[in-house]
Amino acid sequence: MNQGICSTSACQGRAAAVGRWSALIGGGTLAIFGLTRRSKSGVALAAAGGALAYLGATVALGARQFFATSTVLLNCSPEEIYRFWHNFENLPLFMRHLESVTQTGPRSSRWVALGPAGARIRWNAEILLERENELIAWRSVEGSEIGIDGSVEFLQSNRGTLVTAIVSYSPPGGAVGKMVARIFGKDPNFMMRQDLRRLKALIETGEIPTTEGQSHGPRSAVAAAAKLFDPDRPLRRGLTNRGPFGQKRGIA
Amino acid sequence: MGTEKMTVESVPDPAILNPRDAIVRITSTCICGSDLHLYNGLVPTMEQGDIIGHEFMGEVVEVGAGIRSDKLKVGDRVVVPFTIACGRCFFCQRELWSCCDNSNPNYWIAEALMGYSPSGLFGYTHMMGGYAGGQAQFARVPFADVGPLKVPLGIPDDKLVFLSDIFPTGYFGAVNCQIEAGDTVAIWGCGPVGQFAIRSAFMLGAERVIAIDRLPYRLRMAEQAGAEIINYEEVDDVVQLLKDMTGNIGPDSCMDAVGMEAHGHGFLYLMDKAKQAARIESDRPVALRECIQACRKGGTVSVPGVYSGFDDALPMGAFMNKGLTMKSGQTHMMRYMRPLLERIERGEIDPSFVISHRAPLSEAPEMYRVFRDKQQDCTKVVLDPWAQIAA
Repeated sequence: MNQGICSTSACQGRAAAVGRWSALIGGGTLAIFGLTRRSKSGVALAAAGGALAYLGATVALGARQFFATSTVLLNCSPEEIYRFWHNFENLPLFMRHLESVTQTGPRSSRWVALGPAGARIRWNAEILLERENELIAWRSVEGSEIGIDGSVEFLQSNRGTLVTAIVSYSPPGGAVGKMVARIFGKDPNFMMRQDLRRLKALIETGEIPTTEGQSHGPRSAVAAAAKLFDPDRPLRRGLTNRGPFGQKRGIA
Repeated sequence: MGTEKMTVESVPDPAILNPRDAIVRITSTCICGSDLHLYNGLVPTMEQGDIIGHEFMGEVVEVGAGIRSDKLKVGDRVVVPFTIACGRCFFCQRELWSCCDNSNPNYWIAEALMGYSPSGLFGYTHMMGGYAGGQAQFARVPFADVGPLKVPLGIPDDKLVFLSDIFPTGYFGAVNCQIEAGDTVAIWGCGPVGQFAIRSAFMLGAERVIAIDRLPYRLRMAEQAGAEIINYEEVDDVVQLLKDMTGNIGPDSCMDAVGMEAHGHGFLYLMDKAKQAARIESDRPVALRECIQACRKGGTVSVPGVYSGFDDALPMGAFMNKGLTMKSGQTHMMRYMRPLLERIERGEIDPSFVISHRAPLSEAPEMYRVFRDKQQDCTKVVLDPWAQIAA
């Protein structure tokens, strides 16, 4: 049922048309399936499918197309999370591989992601579509080092707001492509899930839980080596929890 | 520093890392039975250099910018619960504090093992957050405006420090027994949690409590609280004896206050021991099997004992066909800390009865061994992080 959400390997090397149509058809199927469920998860599925189909329909896909998607339930109102997300400059607070996002106009922004060894990938994005408290979709524009598009949907439920984020990206070849592969790792959906988990903690509690920087006794070489295989490892140290989230929150 | 290798090291003082952190100068800290599972190397995702300890109290010496002064301020005397809770997620708002969704930075590791992650814990593996623990002079306490219980100055540490874990945990175990007036409760394990569970079961209206262990000094302590006792090493069949003691009805509730390192006898126990040593079974669920077997039809099995992973040969046939209920969980600490403090203040219970050993923190490695091997009638060790080694 998640045929539209391609894994890294499944999508590799597919022609543009195939990627595009699979997103369109898969997303559409997902949406229809979700709508027939008449349950909360069904609604979430429909939302995810709809967004995917939307991407398929609107985004010009490159030679290789990857997707990362995840859903999280936030204990807040759609207004609150929409406002937070709509200021793209907030995204690096919980998206571990973003160094900065700068708003350059009401609908345009400049993004910088951090790759291995301090390398940077830059792109410019514009908002394609926004529906207040419901949906934001954006895409990269000309002059970018990478084609990367995203959408996020906010759906009110009786337990808070269901947030579904989808990023689709088509890395170029060469060094930048390799860097992108390193950033997204083996499992783009895992990375997205971790990002949304950090978003949930940030929105609900005002901070992201961490132990980075706490005291400990002497570590062994084995533990240090094991850290290299931690799938949630930031590519550079000190990237988590930059600056506390100053805003006071009214929840609880 | 490795299985059965515990050392005391000097490390940098903890610092505030997040706005809702506080730093506590620890005045008393204890070794918990569950620390022995770590000591014996049976819980995955421990690393060399991890700071252990989750039963501690002390004085607040620093608070983060995100904490309102009416919640917590420098100078407050606090007992710190072993579970870390954000206070604002779906679970915290339903008082399922130990299921907090936001306090474990390594959520994904526990998620892989258990489907979802419980809350972060102090000093209890990286799977449970990797937070530095409280067998130390100072500790960093995350979400310090939710967990720590402010306690009055007039009561000594000895009476208060067990509010950090074992008193609420024993009480929660008794609550999970769903006791009705006149009930008989059987409790496997007369360690510190079992001792508090026995007393809590009486508080909650149990008519009889039957306590099961193998260590005479711990059984004596249970007897002093009014429990009938069974030394399982001296009887052929605990389950049959419990039937005999209850007119063939069985205890209304059975509590496993033992957990993953139960002792026992017979074929299944030897199999468990071998499989646990070979790491093909996480736990030795000897007590849990007996609880299920012994519990009366339609009764409740309560499991405050700690389990870590996957267990073999649980009598699910008995569990299903007798229509049992099982209740468990890490303790939802913030539900019980204040009411139990009030019981201490009213003089209804003095939790310090459980203390058998006191030592400076520097002697912790030796105390781990004494506690694990049940030498010197050891029930509970309280460590003073500031005392000098006795000459």
